[in-house]
Amino acid sequence: MAIKRGVSLYSYQHETFTGKMTLEDCIRTSVAFGARGIEVIGEQTFWGWPEVGVADEKVAEWHSLIAKYNAVPVSHDFMLDYKRYKGREMPFDEQVASVKKDIDFGARLGMSYVRALVSIAPEVLVAAAPHAEEKGIKILIEVHAPLHFDHPWIIRHAEAFEKAGSDALGFLPDMGMFLFKFPPVWKARFIRNGVPQHIADYIVKAYEDRVLSEYVILNVREMGGSGPALGMAETLRHNAAYEPKRMLDYMHRIHHVHGKFYQMDEDLVEPCIPYDEIVRVLKQGNYNGYICSEYEGNRWIEDAQEVDSVEQVRRQQAMLTQLIDGPNPTAMAA
Amino acid sequence: MFDNKMIVEDSLKATADGFSIEARLPYYRGLGLSMIEDVGVSVDGEPVPREAVTLSLRGRTWTLDEMETEYGDRWNFGEKAVVGVKVPGGLAPGEHRIGLSERMRVSYLPFVPTAKDEKVLTLAE
Repeated sequence: MAIKRGVSLYSYQHETFTGKMTLEDCIRTSVAFGARGIEVIGEQTFWGWPEVGVADEKVAEWHSLIAKYNAVPVSHDFMLDYKRYKGREMPFDEQVASVKKDIDFGARLGMSYVRALVSIAPEVLVAAAPHAEEKGIKILIEVHAPLHFDHPWIIRHAEAFEKAGSDALGFLPDMGMFLFKFPPVWKARFIRNGVPQHIADYIVKAYEDRVLSEYVILNVREMGGSGPALGMAETLRHNAAYEPKRMLDYMHRIHHVHGKFYQMDEDLVEPCIPYDEIVRVLKQGNYNGYICSEYEGNRWIEDAQEVDSVEQVRRQQAMLTQLIDGPNPTAMAA
Repeated sequence: MFDNKMIVEDSLKATADGFSIEARLPYYRGLGLSMIEDVGVSVDGEPVPREAVTLSLRGRTWTLDEMETEYGDRWNFGEKAVVGVKVPGGLAPGEHRIGLSERMRVSYLPFVPTAKDEKVLTLAE
């Protein structure tokens, strides 16, 4: 079984926010790129979720579009707003009940997975796991930068999952944690926001030299950097070039992958996230789930140019097709 | 994200006790109303008191204090809300520089973000 391709409709957020694309446009466009897997952030795609609920007619429309375009529902990404109440965290039992409600919504949409944000406590997911098993759904916690597979918080999740012994608990790695270079679209935005060129150049070089973020921040301050320059340096606290091979220890619990990207150039290369190495590792780990495109470049360019999420997703899907269909690691080694 | 799309173009209207504009959340999803901590408005550089601001969605209206304990409704992704502003004596017709800030309590963020937009809107004669 090969790696499958899909799109998180998060990728088209610019076009859906502004009303340029409907749900049908999003699904049709994705499938036309050969990306049949469809992932949604439930409350982005379905107005009303979770506080008000979603009418059966809207869910029926979803299923008719999925059938019309021969698409496959993959994941409902839920949020769990545990800061719903000002000044106090949502109680444990209410958090568990909320996750169960999202599992039910995922099941209504025909999803295989629900995505849990990385800040959710492992005990909450473990408590909801029996309900997920009943519904035939897996709860996947999104391992997202600045967290990574060697971080104690993620190890604590992994240990809780093994102790629970439930197959309904797993991981969803976001490829943004493998940020090998400082994205040019970030640099350009920070310069437009007022970062002096020489400081921007220094931060990019320091990132490529893998200098500890705290040193970079101090150096930028000593270079006279303030406001936006410190903001640019601070991005190094939230991003790093972790190694894709760290996923290999967890392949038995990795069931879905977020194909995060910030820019796809015309030559079909993401200049900062090493997709060739990522796909090589996933093949080595016998991964046969979906990689869903997750375009996140819009927020970095929207102040200066028109966003074209569809073209960005098209390029990433073309790149993924080449990498997935390309020679497997064994053949390369031979 | 979407900061420059918070204030809806051409949305300035006179009301019985002031004016209104249409506004969106600068976010890739919606948010339950209890997590909207503040909606700040300024007119030609002058901030408006918090008590003078209301938010309306689908025909329902809340003051900002009422929204803090509204757990049953939400401001959806890309949804245009009507932000009402009480101004004694109303707003003069013509161009006004309208500022808007929205503070959101987002569960997973280690800070409480405030996003801002500013646009020159015209109040019709």
